[in-house]
Amino acid sequence: MKKYIKEYGFILLFVIFGILSYIYSFAFGIKASKTFLDMFIEMISFIPIVFVLVGLLDAWIPKKKFEKYMGPESGLKGTLLSVIFSMFQAGPLYGAFPIVYILYKKGASVKNIFIFLGCFSSLKIPMLTIETGYLGIEFTLARAIITVPLFIAIGYLMDYYLKNKDFKVTDPTESN
Amino acid sequence: MFPNIILLWIAGIAIVSISYYFDKEKTKQGVNKGIKIFKGLSSPFVNIMIIASIILVLVPPEMIEQYLGGDSGFFGVGLSAIIGSVTLIPAFIVYPIASELLKRGASYMVIATFITTLLMVGVVTYPLESKYLGKKVALIRNVLNFFAAIIIGLLIGAIM
Repeated sequence: MKKYIKEYGFILLFVIFGILSYIYSFAFGIKASKTFLDMFIEMISFIPIVFVLVGLLDAWIPKKKFEKYMGPESGLKGTLLSVIFSMFQAGPLYGAFPIVYILYKKGASVKNIFIFLGCFSSLKIPMLTIETGYLGIEFTLARAIITVPLFIAIGYLMDYYLKNKDFKVTDPTESN
Repeated sequence: MFPNIILLWIAGIAIVSISYYFDKEKTKQGVNKGIKIFKGLSSPFVNIMIIASIILVLVPPEMIEQYLGGDSGFFGVGLSAIIGSVTLIPAFIVYPIASELLKRGASYMVIATFITTLLMVGVVTYPLESKYLGKKVALIRNVLNFFAAIIIGLLIGAIM
């Protein structure tokens, strides 16, 4: 019971507020309810299919296979794989660091690590799908097309900068 | 907005059907997982939309246009870049708000800068990041990404 109140209490309160606003013609409440209803309809009209696709992606893509081919000798293929591998991820940026650690352990190059990190932050397919729904395909495509070369450039830059600097990715959960 | 949604559903249903044709079990598993994620996220999603709709009604559109619109120039881009860098909100929650702001007169340049910095720069998560990459490297990554995000924002603003 307590759990439900915590999860849905605020929503219930707002619904009651909305209904009362309509009964008593409270202009602010009516406006807020209308804005919310617009946003809610927009959300419910496409978000469910996005998450179904996210689930499917997870069931089909063998993520483990990518990790092997991102080493220093992987060249263009490694760069491409870093971009593609990042696109099949989900979750916030801080969730990427543990993955980066695993990639580092498996011998991924500095360049590919930073390309992966960059593309993870802004090219994940689930996110791009939601972005398309809200801001349109033109916006999403423009952003993706501009973003990829910039992240590849950052990857090369980091690689160049860290060349003789003994760069390590450490796992904070392991050391203490 | 509308054609995009229809396109998404057509593509989505097509993909689910193809997946089902090749592997029934995997498809069921995947669809169930997706529904589970959606259920878990739906109440925080709705909560944030309630807060956003209250704020959007309180803030007059003229103000949005003045500070985030096409004429806000360097101030608007700079402001949105800084706010995007220091906030930690999941991207999927930001998109509905971004779309409402666009409808109310914010410019694509400002919105794109806000979204890109939000995605690429993490001031709040910097301590965590530096534990993995080291302080200096994490700092360099964030600074490089900050400028990359502004470049992306400006270019999108120029295109759209």
